[in-house]
Amino acid sequence: MGGLDSKMVLDENGSWSDRIMKASFTGDLEDHPKLAKGFDVKMRIERLTAGYGKRNAITDISLPIIKNRVTAIIGPSGCGKSTFLRCLNRMHEVLPEAFVSGRVTLDDVDIYGEDIDPTDLRRRVGMVFQKPNPFPTMSIRNNCLAGFLLTSKKVRYPEEVVERTLRKVGLWDEVKDMLDRPGTYLSGGQQQRLCIARALAVEPEVLLMDEPCSALDPIATARIEELIHELCSSVTIVIVTHNMQQAARVSHFTAFLYMGRLIEYGDTPTIFTRPKESLTEEYITGRFG
Amino acid sequence: MSRRRFSSDSVFFSYLTLSGASIVAILAGIAVVIGLQSRENINRTGIIEFITGTTWDPVTGIFGALPAIYGTVLTSFVAIIIAVPLGFGSAIFISEFAPPKMGAVFSVFIDLLASIPSVVYGLFGLFTFAPFMREHVQPLLQGAFGNLPLFQGPPLGVGFLTAGIVLSIMILPIITSVSREVLKAVPTPEREAGIALGLTRFELVRGVLFPSSRSGLFGATILALGRALGETMAVTMVIGNRYEISSSLFAPGHTLSAVIANEFTEAGTPQYLSALAGLALILMGITLLVNVIARILVLRITGATR
Amino acid sequence: MKLSSISRKLLRIASSKRRFLNSLFSLGVVLSAILVVAPLFIILVSVAIKGGRALNLDFFLSLPKAVGESGGGIAHAIVGTLFMVGTGLLFSIPIGVASGVFLATTSNKRLSAIVRTSADCLAGVPSIVTGLFVYALLVVPFKRFSGFAGAVALSIIMLPTITRTTEEVVRMVPHDLFESAIALGAKRWQAVFRVVLPTASRGILAGFIGAASRAMGETAPLMFTAFGSHFLNLNPFEPVSAIPLVIFNYAISPYEDWQQKAWAASLVLTFLVLGGIIVSRRLVYGRFG
Repeated sequence: MGGLDSKMVLDENGSWSDRIMKASFTGDLEDHPKLAKGFDVKMRIERLTAGYGKRNAITDISLPIIKNRVTAIIGPSGCGKSTFLRCLNRMHEVLPEAFVSGRVTLDDVDIYGEDIDPTDLRRRVGMVFQKPNPFPTMSIRNNCLAGFLLTSKKVRYPEEVVERTLRKVGLWDEVKDMLDRPGTYLSGGQQQRLCIARALAVEPEVLLMDEPCSALDPIATARIEELIHELCSSVTIVIVTHNMQQAARVSHFTAFLYMGRLIEYGDTPTIFTRPKESLTEEYITGRFG
Repeated sequence: MSRRRFSSDSVFFSYLTLSGASIVAILAGIAVVIGLQSRENINRTGIIEFITGTTWDPVTGIFGALPAIYGTVLTSFVAIIIAVPLGFGSAIFISEFAPPKMGAVFSVFIDLLASIPSVVYGLFGLFTFAPFMREHVQPLLQGAFGNLPLFQGPPLGVGFLTAGIVLSIMILPIITSVSREVLKAVPTPEREAGIALGLTRFELVRGVLFPSSRSGLFGATILALGRALGETMAVTMVIGNRYEISSSLFAPGHTLSAVIANEFTEAGTPQYLSALAGLALILMGITLLVNVIARILVLRITGATR
Repeated sequence: MKLSSISRKLLRIASSKRRFLNSLFSLGVVLSAILVVAPLFIILVSVAIKGGRALNLDFFLSLPKAVGESGGGIAHAIVGTLFMVGTGLLFSIPIGVASGVFLATTSNKRLSAIVRTSADCLAGVPSIVTGLFVYALLVVPFKRFSGFAGAVALSIIMLPTITRTTEEVVRMVPHDLFESAIALGAKRWQAVFRVVLPTASRGILAGFIGAASRAMGETAPLMFTAFGSHFLNLNPFEPVSAIPLVIFNYAISPYEDWQQKAWAASLVLTFLVLGGIIVSRRLVYGRFG
């Protein structure tokens, strides 16, 4: 079947066109309220292999990232989830002896192309890290604006940007009177929301989140999950998490990685209730990892 | 997405790399320049004759470095003999005996001791310590051990012994702080095993801590030796400035750095200057060698670079 | 437990001998601690007393009088020292901080090992040898002693210290701060300049102050470069005086007035150097000691 522009279509068996996907999509689309028959692919990963020195961290991964949806990457520790994520904003190559092969496209443009500037890419694909890390020498206000301050880009109405992003992450009312305090003044959960605000301030199209809640308490975690729900209508989100319940709660699509390979990809409800691969089922039911 | 290659990053990293490289260049440059400077004298005298000769005569242009080498080595040796036990002892004091706050204050005192400028040590040595040696310590030593060749000769106050003692004060801080680090690096399980066995502090140090830290402590000694060998001002002011090898510690003498410091202004001929450069080359060679050995030893033990 | 009863028996049987040895040892240790710290106080007190006698405002503000006349001061030396240390910093800070950042961030292991070893070796080169080096390069070709040559000699002496302290401090900055900046689209140099260095700034500053304090006390290298002078000289390409040079020259002179002044100058110098070290420690540890 055709249609390989920015729309991907299902064939009659309910499988993705073979040329792109290795794993097959399982599920009954008509029953699923969240999905529609054809929808936009924001990023396409094709046969991605990456690692350090001689060792592969991930091998031959292919999957789509659907626009304005949340895609969760799950798997046991060390399965390559973080490496995979870092290939999507070209952070992986910053490490010594790192290598990447394969194709990753953003809106059909190969982000590893020769004339692509990685720093520009990173404004379109933002990242939030596991441990909240506001810049200690900057105030809360400047942390929000860091994406501009650090890159010497002019921002027209800084106060407006600060208020807008802090409102988006639900921090505005809590911090509006202390914008000049250092970023590290806040609690862990607040700091992480500040980091999300910081990432959002440059208006990325994709937001990568590497286990954003693992350093937070349950209440802070719940707030961030709520935030993810609100954000995904305007930003495409890819979240790595080792917490399966979180993946089930928060995502529309899930990819299960094991030992650097993609075992299964599909819509979240199906992956968690009727997975196709036995390995997936074993992981979901907690038999390992 | 813009599609341009940026090079501002590569400019920046070139700058960093170049800065690092310039340190290497400066070190190499020093060795090369001093070496070239000393060439003239070496050509005239010959390396072996220079190192083993004992006359230093600017008039005839005969320069032998041996008495200076002797003085440098002897004073450093005396300094090490005095400073090592005291330094270890203080390190043990800080690590095993003193309560944490006192230990911290003590460490601050050690650091301050290390910060006193060499020339101030020299001044103190010349005007306060040397007279003290001359009037009290040396007569005492002579009275008790006068028959030994070590303590022969008139008590002048200045000389190898005084210089050695002043030098020992100056290297105490290095020995103390590095030993302190080495002691800290003894794994806690080992220490606790000793305590659990009911060992007294003495036995703990002797049987557990000392064997475990031996090579690190040795490294500390070598490090201090390196510092002592290169020390100039304080030694210059109390060494007595006599270009002679003597078996007595009371005798005045000279060291490599003291000769250079004292005679530099008088070095009229190129050959004289070249001879001084030769001394500097020897000094640099000795200290570099000792420092490299020391760093290798200390690195292995503490796992960190100092 | 068997073990403890054995050791209790040991303690009872040999207790007096063991206790004696332990007491002897403890005595020795405490004695050595006293002997180590005593010189500090003896020297400081001597310098304070003997130096204090000749210290007055005139001492700081006026120039030396002719030999044999009493009065006069070391203003020329104070200016000279400040000038040479300050200029030396101008050279060693750009190279030293950059080298420290290089050592902390580069992945080129071989080069960084060479640079680090060189810095350590350079720190071990006796300062008189450095002085001779600068003499050969900057004094002989121009046939004159100069304050500028003195500044260069001091900068070489300060370089290894600044490099190593910068490296240590930069290493302590958490790596994910750097990564967050990159993820926002900053280039590496922007991330280093605007996030890493500001975060490490306190330690780096402490590094300069410490290095400068030690450089202030250096005598030997200045003997061949700045040479010293009796006059206040604002031209850096002429011989310049410095406090340690004054101390040395006055100390070995036969004039009692000058010897007095040497003590007073020592008091000033010691005060400056120890003060600098204390300030630098304060910056690093946040409090005295």
